[in-house]
Amino acid sequence: MTDTNATTTGATPDSQGPLWEVFTQAEQGAPHEHAGSVHAMDAEQALQNARDVYSRRGEAISLWVVPTSAIVASAPGDAGPFFDPGNDKAYRHPQFYKVPRGVRGL
Amino acid sequence: MTAPAVAGPRETPVANALFEFLLRLGDDRLVLGHRDSEWCGHGPILEEDIATANIALDLVGQASALLRLAGEVEGKDRDEDALAYFREAVEFRNALLVELPRGDFGFTIMRQFLFDAYSVLVWDALQHAKHEGLAGIAAKALKEDKYHLRHSSEWVLRLGDGTEESHARVQRSLDELWRFTGELFEQDGVDAAVVSSGIVLDMGAVRSRWMEMVSDVLQRATLVVPEGVPMATGGRKGRHTEHLGHMLAEMQIVARSYPGAKW
Repeated sequence: MTDTNATTTGATPDSQGPLWEVFTQAEQGAPHEHAGSVHAMDAEQALQNARDVYSRRGEAISLWVVPTSAIVASAPGDAGPFFDPGNDKAYRHPQFYKVPRGVRGL
Repeated sequence: MTAPAVAGPRETPVANALFEFLLRLGDDRLVLGHRDSEWCGHGPILEEDIATANIALDLVGQASALLRLAGEVEGKDRDEDALAYFREAVEFRNALLVELPRGDFGFTIMRQFLFDAYSVLVWDALQHAKHEGLAGIAAKALKEDKYHLRHSSEWVLRLGDGTEESHARVQRSLDELWRFTGELFEQDGVDAAVVSSGIVLDMGAVRSRWMEMVSDVLQRATLVVPEGVPMATGGRKGRHTEHLGHMLAEMQIVARSYPGAKW
């Protein structure tokens, strides 16, 4: 965002450091869930910034930070081929199959 | 009837010494907390803006607990707000270090670093005090200040061992701040008197550990510790720089304009 602005508005380029994605764990055994992102120059600073921005009011007992550049994401254009096909084939879903009478504990 | 005892040199009553002792702890954190809060909305990046505000809130929280306890010890019906907002500069007992204007970010970080290292060591000792109220505050504050120290140390390393400009700025800050560090380790009759309340603080030991911790980080940050600097003093006795009065005017105006206001 800032980079594009810099070229169009003549503002100084972004000097906030690279982006890091932040994952917080709310309680023992729970999964680390994506909370947002922070700017930081390195891993230690990313961890500290994540702590200050996303965990200060007791939201987390553990934090992960990952360089945003390390994340491989599907492109919006992939949505069709990646995610569509499942839904028109009812037999892909367990509800398609009738449960025989008498089966318990399924 | 026995003759009244001839008044010898009066010893400071313990309650007052403890009051003074708590004011020194509380005022350091109140004043530094306010200085840090001046960065709110002005931090170099959003994340650091939030981090500095967090540190300010921690320090003001510590000050609040300490001044509340001081008010109870004094027994004159003054709560933490009365002590924070209705005392004049000469009644403040903070060290001069914390009242200096915030300067640039390098100055703020260097001051924070020098204070954090000191504060961690002080709380580490005071968490074992026989005074229950103070020991409780110390244990909680120690956790907060350990984080502050980690944060400020990282920045000192980064700025000191960063660009030519960042190095020059933090070195200049260190040179300006160094003469205000001696006062942190002063001890007087107040410290001697609170021993009877179960509070023992060996400032000689704190000082040498502080010097080790601080030198280690500064050295890794390629910064040079100033030598042979005459140390400033006065804050613990209420003799402050002109900066404190200006800061208090801003900090106290709302409480003084609307006494007893609730929000």
